[in-house]
Amino acid sequence: MSRKILRILPLMALAAILSGCKMTILNPSGDIAAQQRDLIVYSTVLMLLIIVPVILLTLFFAWRYRASNTKAKYDPEWNHSTGLEVVIWSAPLAIIVALGALTWVSTHLLDPYRPLSRIDASTPLRDEVRPLEVDVVSLDWKWLFIYPEQGIATVNELAAPVDAPINFRLTSSTMMNSFSIPALAGMVYTMPGMVTKLHAVINEPGVYQGLSANYSGHGFSDMHFKFHGLSQTDFNAWVAEAKASGERLGRQEYLAMAQPSTREPVRRFGSVDPELYGAIVERCVEPGKMCMSEMARIDAQGGAGMAGTLNVVTKRVQHAAAGRPGEDARGAERRYVLSFCTIDQPYGATGSDAAPRPASPGTTE
Amino acid sequence: MSSNPDFWSFVFGRLSWESFPLHEPILVVTFLAVALGGAAMLGALTYFRAWGYLWREWLTSVDHKRIGIMYIVLALIMLLRGFADALMMRAQQAIAFGGSEGYLPPHHYDQIFTAHGVIMIFFVAMPLVTGLMNFVVPLQIGARDVAFPFLNNFSFWMTVSGAVIVMMSLFVGEFAQTGWLAYPPLSGLEGSPGVGVDYYIWALQVAGIGTLLSGVNLIATIVKMRAPGMTMMKLPVFTWTALCTNVLIVASFPVLTAVLVLLSLDRYVGTNFFTNDLGGNPMMYVNLIWIWGHPEVYILILPAFGVFSEVTSTFCSKRLFGYTSMVYATVVITILSYLVWLHHFFTMGSGASVNSFFGITTMIISIPTGAKIFNWLFTMFRGRIRFEVPMMYTVGFMVTFVIGGMTGVMLAVPPADFQLHNSLFLIAHFHNVIIGGVVFGMFAGIAYWFPKAFGFKLDPFWGKMSFWFWLIGFWVAFMPIYVLGLMGVTRRLNHFDDPSLQIWFVVAAFGAVLIACGIASFLIQLVVSFMKREQLRDLTGDPWGGRTLEWSTSSPPPVYNFAFTPIIHDHDAWWDMKQRGYTRPLHGFRPIHMPKNTGTGIILAGLSIAFAFGMIWYMWWLAALSFVAMVVISIGHTFNYHRDFHIPSEVVDRTERTRTALMAGE
Repeated sequence: MSRKILRILPLMALAAILSGCKMTILNPSGDIAAQQRDLIVYSTVLMLLIIVPVILLTLFFAWRYRASNTKAKYDPEWNHSTGLEVVIWSAPLAIIVALGALTWVSTHLLDPYRPLSRIDASTPLRDEVRPLEVDVVSLDWKWLFIYPEQGIATVNELAAPVDAPINFRLTSSTMMNSFSIPALAGMVYTMPGMVTKLHAVINEPGVYQGLSANYSGHGFSDMHFKFHGLSQTDFNAWVAEAKASGERLGRQEYLAMAQPSTREPVRRFGSVDPELYGAIVERCVEPGKMCMSEMARIDAQGGAGMAGTLNVVTKRVQHAAAGRPGEDARGAERRYVLSFCTIDQPYGATGSDAAPRPASPGTTE
Repeated sequence: MSSNPDFWSFVFGRLSWESFPLHEPILVVTFLAVALGGAAMLGALTYFRAWGYLWREWLTSVDHKRIGIMYIVLALIMLLRGFADALMMRAQQAIAFGGSEGYLPPHHYDQIFTAHGVIMIFFVAMPLVTGLMNFVVPLQIGARDVAFPFLNNFSFWMTVSGAVIVMMSLFVGEFAQTGWLAYPPLSGLEGSPGVGVDYYIWALQVAGIGTLLSGVNLIATIVKMRAPGMTMMKLPVFTWTALCTNVLIVASFPVLTAVLVLLSLDRYVGTNFFTNDLGGNPMMYVNLIWIWGHPEVYILILPAFGVFSEVTSTFCSKRLFGYTSMVYATVVITILSYLVWLHHFFTMGSGASVNSFFGITTMIISIPTGAKIFNWLFTMFRGRIRFEVPMMYTVGFMVTFVIGGMTGVMLAVPPADFQLHNSLFLIAHFHNVIIGGVVFGMFAGIAYWFPKAFGFKLDPFWGKMSFWFWLIGFWVAFMPIYVLGLMGVTRRLNHFDDPSLQIWFVVAAFGAVLIACGIASFLIQLVVSFMKREQLRDLTGDPWGGRTLEWSTSSPPPVYNFAFTPIIHDHDAWWDMKQRGYTRPLHGFRPIHMPKNTGTGIILAGLSIAFAFGMIWYMWWLAALSFVAMVVISIGHTFNYHRDFHIPSEVVDRTERTRTALMAGE
């Protein structure tokens, strides 16, 4: 009971002040975001226990001991009181001990890498429920969502069934972004060549704002998308609709899509190359490029020696991030490692149709 | 030869006519204004034949007081630039709604928010802090100058050079469009092939040398040059905070230098420290830059805490409550500031235990900080508070800063941070502590020590106007930003779709205008005070009833600060001397050994601008030439054996006699 009051009181106060505006973070629709909201509220209340008296005392002392008030006691040499010192160190300490304990527990419970254990405050997660897997890629400047189990992909539109756990795996094509749906759960960075994770659940149907919360270049401001919380039937219909689009997302389509662009309309792909996401993470979508794990394997075995240096190519990449408006994008040189060729694959593991071997080792255009 | 493109690209590197932003009317008008203003100033200097005076007495000066003043002048000039950026951003965000793109395209807007952050931290806050420390510390410890006077002059000019490099990017080329910490891969060659990030790197590297050397200098000064009797626990609190700040500078700025060197290698030589491919990892950059970046926050705030301690006890006419715990709190903050850097990127995928560790260490910092607030509070208790401008800033700080501290601890709770990170809530938080803490502290410090520096007080009316505009302006500008953060709005957005957000941005823009009035009032205050300087004159040298040594000298102090080195018995040394009926010595003066002015600092700094310009634009000949020149001049300077002179005892005697006459009102 008291916990409920603790939770509601400040919210009511805030609501009174801010009626009419959409405080997504204080009024979220996902269980993780709701627990994060509770933490924000608890920590605020805990700290207000000390902040409010300090502010009031400051104003009171400032008024009481003003120079013109000669009736107030004046003691110019009083500068020490062991009792008072103990209080002023231990009062903040007590608050921080409480908050520290709360932090330790909540950070572990709400770790984005931790699989969910409940759907909402009153519903534990049943063991047989299989979470929805979504692979997220941030591109310049749009979002790609791959649903490996459904075999579909979407651009700038995300959907999930209500009350079903979602496992996000997040990566990026070139720049660092942050995958953020404030109504659903806190954000996690997306980084090229790496996978980060987020586990979350949406509890109310609706359309929510999703965005990149880490600046990633000129098109960043339009890098948002709609997240649809749907009933299971609506979600199935949504998947079926995507499947019906007939478009296929393969490596070539991905590479075309990866070119910088802004305000991409929503797109749906009925089928997806199942190896695409792995290749994006391993940074070897481009034909003929060596995957990171292969490179690491070679390095772990001592590397390819001097011969390995011949396998590095320099390529000019066009990146609109660099261009001024109305001016051609300037290129930058980017080096990467070619995959090794074999008898079966004379142009490297994946590079059958493009990227012929360089005439002279070292560079190619 | 003139038609040979190789020749021209050798001479000018990648500089071309397109590098000049002639198509941007805002920049062209700004340039014209700066050029006209600059020409007028140069003309005036020539007309009044002030060049010689300026060169001899200021530009080449090794006097810590003059260098301190020049630092603050630099900071105020750069504040105008940084604040112009702020106003432009607020205007853009207030109008760019519902399909309107505003008036700043991303290419320009992204430079503005990057420049705003860089300038405000490196070229406003840092010079303010360093300037105050430079001016005050030697006076507070009874020294005649800093430990290495030439180094001090050199440090100052390197800081100026950094500022000049940033300002050049306004009219030649472009500035970084990466955010103020230039995270790769965006700041790598692939994300930012232009000159913007190179301007960023070299401005910070050049200014960073100045900051680091000035840190070394002030540590040596405080450790070695205290007046006899001034043990560490008798050090004035501002000097204590200055010591801790400089320890932080010396320990953290090399990290910044190193991380920027690695980024430069990626950009210039083709290494792969922070690239996406070939084994590079941008997460290393983020860690390294924050290992510098978090101590940097405390570098700025600790001296402000020091100012508040001095101001509170002076204007309450009372000893500082809990001197010892104040000192320990400062030291604890200094140490802990190295253990919290990861809280800037909880969202980068660290495990729960790592995140909680850094979250909890961050919260622990609020304990000594809280103790400090209570110490000021109980200094006010049973005091006689005179509400002069510095004290008003102090009370304004106490009320404002605790809110910023509270939101800071909220951000330190990792799960809460997952929601609030990078949002406008974060922006509001750090402006809350930087404006409410550092800026208020520095303005309090300026108002407090101005009469010491110039011999007359600042006009209180305009000072109070400035204070109220700043205080109210801050609350009006940043409370809506907090609210927007809770609505899930992220930072660095150029335009918005949701029209319901607009009203908050409009209110914030209005707050920024109020702050602009605060800055204007401050400038008016300087002019008015200069006009009324005879009425505001301080002949005693101790206009506020001060407690520390700097108030025992005349205002402004003589070049040599103290005719005799004082002997210290108490941390409120001057208060103690006054209590015990101190009388100024009037005879028996001896010649005083002082350092000589030198132009080497400004020459080296000028060459470092040429070097940076060469590196930025790939004019390798210019970079090489200026680098060699710097080395040669540095070595040449070591052969300068005429670095010192003695002020004859007759001059000291005359100076002190003049003061006696002035104090007697003759």
